[in-house]
This record gives sequence, C-alpha cells and structure tokens, in this order.
Amino acid sequence: MLKARIKFRKYGVLRFIGHLDVMRYFQKVMRRAGIPIAFTGGYSPHMIMSFASPLGIGLESDGEYLDIELTGPVDSREAVRRMNEAGVDGIEVVSLRQIAEEKKMTGMTILAAADYLATPSGDAGLPEDWQDRFAAFMGQPEIRVLKQTKRSEREINIRPLVFEWEARDGGIFMKLAAGSTENLKPDLVMDTFLKDLHPEENSLSHPFIYRRLEMYADMGEEGNRKLVTLESLGEEI
Amino acid sequence: MRKLALNDDILLNIEKPARYIGGEVNSVMKDKDKVDIRFAMCFPDVYEIGMSHLGIQILYDMFNRREDTWCERVYSPWLDMDKVLREKDIPLFALESQDPVQDFDFLGITIQFEMCYTNILQILDLSHIPLHAEDRTETDPIVIGGGPCAYNPEPLAEFFDIFYIGEGETVYDELLDTYKTWKKSGGSRKDFLRQAARIEGLYVPQFYDAAYNEDGTIAAFTPNDPCAPSKVRKQVVMDVTDAPYPMKPVVPYIKATQDRVVLEIQRGCIRGCRFCQAGMIYRPTRERSVETLKEYARTMLKNTGHEEISLSSLSSSDYSKLNDLVTFLIEEFKDRGINISLPSLRIDAFSLDVMSKVQDIRKSSLTFAPEAGSQRMRDVINKGLTEEEILTGAGQAFEGGWTKVKLYFMLGLPTETEEDMKEIARLSDRVARRYYEIPKEDRHGKCQITASSSFFVPKPFTPFQWAAMYPAEEYDRRAHLVNDEFREQLNRKSLKYNWHDAQGTVLEGVMARGDRRVGRVIEEAYHLGCLFDSWTETFRNDLWMQAFDNTRVDIAFYNQRVRGKDEIFPWDFIDIGVSRSFLRREWERAMNETVTPNCREKCSGCGAAGFGGGVCVEGKN
Repeated sequence: MLKARIKFRKYGVLRFIGHLDVMRYFQKVMRRAGIPIAFTGGYSPHMIMSFASPLGIGLESDGEYLDIELTGPVDSREAVRRMNEAGVDGIEVVSLRQIAEEKKMTGMTILAAADYLATPSGDAGLPEDWQDRFAAFMGQPEIRVLKQTKRSEREINIRPLVFEWEARDGGIFMKLAAGSTENLKPDLVMDTFLKDLHPEENSLSHPFIYRRLEMYADMGEEGNRKLVTLESLGEEI
Repeated sequence: MRKLALNDDILLNIEKPARYIGGEVNSVMKDKDKVDIRFAMCFPDVYEIGMSHLGIQILYDMFNRREDTWCERVYSPWLDMDKVLREKDIPLFALESQDPVQDFDFLGITIQFEMCYTNILQILDLSHIPLHAEDRTETDPIVIGGGPCAYNPEPLAEFFDIFYIGEGETVYDELLDTYKTWKKSGGSRKDFLRQAARIEGLYVPQFYDAAYNEDGTIAAFTPNDPCAPSKVRKQVVMDVTDAPYPMKPVVPYIKATQDRVVLEIQRGCIRGCRFCQAGMIYRPTRERSVETLKEYARTMLKNTGHEEISLSSLSSSDYSKLNDLVTFLIEEFKDRGINISLPSLRIDAFSLDVMSKVQDIRKSSLTFAPEAGSQRMRDVINKGLTEEEILTGAGQAFEGGWTKVKLYFMLGLPTETEEDMKEIARLSDRVARRYYEIPKEDRHGKCQITASSSFFVPKPFTPFQWAAMYPAEEYDRRAHLVNDEFREQLNRKSLKYNWHDAQGTVLEGVMARGDRRVGRVIEEAYHLGCLFDSWTETFRNDLWMQAFDNTRVDIAFYNQRVRGKDEIFPWDFIDIGVSRSFLRREWERAMNETVTPNCREKCSGCGAAGFGGGVCVEGKN
C-alpha cells in the first residue's frame, strides 16, 4: 500500500466552504479524476484520507495537506493534472508526493507549526502605527489569554507558541504552534492584540483577513526545533 | 474570478454561506453578452432541498444546451439571509452570475408541493418583481410556473404570467424561440403572452375569467382573449429514452438532501391508486431503455464523483427490466465503494435478495406502504396490496435477518370507519407477531415496527377529487384513536406510532383544490409573515388562520363538502388525457369497494391511450 500526500491551495469563494465539505469535495474529486485511492473494509467502505489540520471558514490557504492511501502507482504530475481538471476554481492541487508508510508519519500526527499572514481588511480602523504597537505587544515576556475549548476554559501563555513573526506586505506574518499538543490560531493572537490596543471595546468586528501559508513537521531532536514543510517529507512519483 | 453578490461580512455571519455562492462542479458559466435569453430557474425552498430535485437538473441541462440561452439557479434564502437582503436592500440574485433575478428574461418556478406558496411570493418580492402579473412591465422577467401543483394553478393564477402544464421537455424550445423573436421585434408584454398562450400546454391565467354561482362554486371559466384555447393540453414526452437527461448534474459543496446520482427509470405508474395524483397525471407509464440507463449510470457517476446511485420512479418494482438493471449496478459498482439505493420496491423474494446485497441488514429497515389498515379500506383506495402479501414479505425479511419495519398509512380516507382506523394498529401488531413466530434462538432480539400516518388530502385529477376533508380537530381525534389502539396491542413494546401535523393538512387541502379566490389568502399570509410553511419550526398556523379571517375565505367551503358530480372544478380547463368520466367511474367503484386492475392486467380505458405510447401500446406492436 502506497501512501501519498497532497498539497493544495484554497482561495476565493471556496473560503466559504467548511472543512467537512472540503473532505466531501475531495472524495468526489478522487472519483472524477480516477485516482486509485484505497478504501476501508466493511459494509460502508470509505476512502482512506486524512487532513493535516482543518481550515476555518473564511480563511484562504496556500498550504493545505491531506494524506491518502493508493492501491496502485500513479504519476505525480499526471495525478495533479487530473485532480485539477476535475476540480473547481478555488481549490488548486499543488503536488502529490509519496510519503513514508509508517502510521506515525501522517500529516495530522506530525504537524508542529503553521505560517499565517494577517492582513488588515479595508475598514479595519487601526491606528497608523499599529505594526509598531504589535512589535511592543510581542515584546512582552508573557501574553496570557483565556483559551476556550469545547469543554473548558483555561488561561495560557501564548507567547512561546508564536515561533516567529515579522511585518510583511502591510500585515503580520506569524509562525505558530500547530497540531494536537499545542495549537494556536492566528485570530486569537490578533484579537488579543486588539484587546490590548482598545481595552475599552468589548465587541470587535473582524478587521483582519487571514491566510494560511504553509504547514510544518518538527524533525529536530532533543528539544531542538527543526521545522520542515510537510511537502518536503514526500517524493515525486 | 466571479464577483459575489454578497460581501464577506454578510457571508461570514450567516448559516451555510455555501447556499449562496454558486460555482459548484458542473454548474454552467456563460458570457451574458453572448446569449439572447437569461433564464433563472427557481425551486422555492432552501438550497439543500432544491438541489435535490431532478426536474430542475433536467431543465437546467436542457436550456444550457442551447447556445442562445443561459439558465441559472435560484433558491429560497433562509430566514437569516431573507433578513439581510431586506435590511440592506440587496435584490435576490441567481447563483451562477450572482446577477439580480430582476435582470433576467424568465423566472421559472417549479411548484412541487402546496406548502411552498408563500415562498414563491418571497422570491418575487426579494427579486423586486411585482407580485401580481398584471402589475409587471416589459422590464420584468416573464414568471412561469410548472411542476405537479401547476395541474391546479388557480390559487397562484394572479402571481404567474404563464403556467407550463406537463413535462418540460416538449414545448420549452418553442417558447424560447418565440420569446427571442418577440424580444427583437420590441412588442409589448401582452403581445408575447398572447403568442405564448397559443403554444400547446401553456396556460396564461390573465386570458381567462372565472364566474361564480351564489353557493360559491364555479359557474363558468372562459377565455377572454382569442389567443387562449378553452382547453390546455398536458405535455408528455412519449420517447423517454431519447429525451434530454443531464449527464453532468451540478454537485453541491454542502450536503444536499439527495447527494447522489439519480436514475429516472420510468415515468408514470400502472397501479391506479385512487388517492394518488402522480399516478394519474403522469399517465401513460413509459419506461427508459435499460441499456441507456446502464450507460447513464456509468457516465453520471464518473462526471459527478458521487458515492451513491439511486433509482427514481413511482414504483420501481413495475419496471420490466429491473432485475437486469439492478444486477448490473451491483456487479459494476458495488466493489468500487458505490452505494446502491433502491427506493419504492415491493417487498418480495427478489427485492429482499437484492437488498441483502446492497445494505447492512442489521441497520437498515424495510418499508411497506399499505396506506390503509383494513382490506376494505385498501379496496376503496385501490391499493393492490393484501395483508397476506405484507405478512409474507415481512416474514421473509425477518427470516433474512431484518428486524426493523416501517409501515406507512393514511388517515381520513373517504368512507373510513373507526374499525378501519383501528386496523392500522392491529395490522402493525400482526407484523410484529410474525416476527415472534420465529424461534427465539433464530431471531436477533426484539423487532421494531414503526407505523406512520399522514392525513389524506384529496388532489385534483384523482378519483378522490370529489371527496370531503375534515377539520383539524377531527384529524387529531382519529390519530389519537389509532394511538390508543396501539396501546392495546400484544406487542405494543415493539410498536411505535407517529402521525403528521393536522393543521398543515387542512391548509394543503385548501391550496390543492382551491380556486382563484384563494390567492388573496396566500398573499395575506405572506404579508403577515408566513414563510417556509413546510418546515415545522417556521410554520405559523395562527397567522394563516388570521389570513383566512382577514380575507373572509372559508376553509369549510374548500375542504369539508363532498363536491357535486357535475361541479365545475377550477382545474377542469386542463386536459390531462385521463378523462373525467374515468375518474368518476373510479370514484363510484371506490364507494362500492371494487378494485380496478392495473394497466398491465387490463386496460380500464382511462383515456391516456390517446397519447399513443407507453404501457398503453405494450405488446400491441
């Protein structure tokens, strides 16, 4: 059984299609494109397919990943071409690469970080020096926030989960912790910054547009972080 | 890239934005400057329901095959979007181009059930199209209706410019060609409607007048313009095999109610159940060639990527090549992870064998539709299903491993007695008893028999079109009587009984057999705030009752009287090919509890043979 990793972009009107529907979309693409994808057994077999990390509604992305199992060999370039032919404007398959077969190497398990770009939307109403203020905000040794999950609410320090950041293209680029152990969403960073900026305002509109740029695995040893893109762990076939 | 009609801020703050963005796989984009006709095709319910409808997919494909026409889709905005469109004064738009419906040449609305009538007014209103046909000008789209409810279009007469009576595949081309010529000639709207009225099957309500007797019944229904024929003839495609069929149906992003390839295997039904409108208006029964269907299955699965395929027809078991088709589907697709769904199958050894191959017996349930509990009642409605057949079928199913059975019934049928009602519970119990006849070691725990009843609504063009209905309280009484009887049964712990809402039934009855005067109730109800009346969470019976009060329209007149043998019905001007005298004969046979053989057993001379095809000529060539 061959394992393959697909990288794709999601943009335009497809921003409004949620994660579950993207899964359904890819299931149908596999059939239309005739990709020899493997199924589970049983009475209602389903495709063996796992996504590295769901993307929220409204976000665009240049670096989404899903892993699949194949029942037969494919040619990377040919498969990419066929999937794009069977696809729509708004999802573009960038690559299909063979990955290692061990279970612990799936995108979902090894995901460690993701890059985001937060760009102010037209009517953001931000002060002119907001990027400088963001620098000051990030300069704090600790940034404590209440993080809400489905079950509970707890206070965490998000500063160490921001691995890198810089001002870029009129917005903010961030490399954030991602995956099952620690996961930080870019809107939590920016919302916390905005609260810091305007402590008196309770309800904030959505002044930033977010774009995911890439996702990484951590290949470092003994606590030394060494991030490599999920794509680079595969090889063209 | 396409520009959306709605901005991000709106789309990110409403439920399921995918309902409004279009751009799905197989949706059709054209250059609006290179087409002559822009057609907005609407299903007046929410996207997930509307996208599941086969008829629209057929017409969408058929229109878009024309180079001069671009057909797009429109669905009812859900309440949250309705509010936004009104508050921000954004006109309703079609999904593909995202352009306002108001800019289109045609707005076509399929009318599948009576409870969508207020949604039709919402579509017109949000599109900024005047609700009344007479108030529209040359700049407004031509509003055309079709579908089963167009067989009694009168309650909606004032809101539509044209109704298309019958199957869409026949005269739409002629209508569009006529429109194109008219548009170039720069004539008036009325000129165009006159030309349309001359096309067979098209009904233009404004060219007809109704006069009423003192008792409220219709005295006369007559054309007021020389272009309008006194009878409008239903349209039928006689060659269903070569009729257009969409090989590339649109594939929604969000899960539609029918998220699968649909193979329409035949039109019409040979059975002649006396309550069933579809069984009469789609006569004669016509089958699609099995080889064509196999080819369609392959192509459509490939083009959509769907993981399920379903057969569609009124009674799949009557399709003469069913065995051949189903065997093919299983052999060809079962190993490729494609689910095969076989609705409306009669339960017998063959169907049980097939179903055991395509579904998980433990999880799935079997469905029987006896429609009535007693044999007497089933003879009245001409449901040719005997208790023995039900118990034998259920027995075979239980022995094959099934434990769940669903039973569908109707309450409030003509001549129904309390005995007939109670038989619903007793028959359900006898099905359960059949299960417990199996030795304990061979069965899988308890069985689960779920009986559901809806209340019978008489429909135009059926033998029961003369029948009386009841007030809502009477329906409730009958349902409770059945429910009490269920509690008396031996196997009551294995039985479950559900019944439908009685208030909606009463309304459906008024809409189904109403005349032009009912239109003002619909309009009043809409203005009072009624919308999505078929959804329990949004149905407002209190507002509907207020609308009847405000407009002084009497529900009892429409629902609670047995109609006279020769009474003029609002739908009498439509010729469906099945004669009124046949329907009357069937009504009388019903009163005498006499069954009528199905079309294959013996021709009963209903009149549909006049179309010269289908089951009427089987074995005669």
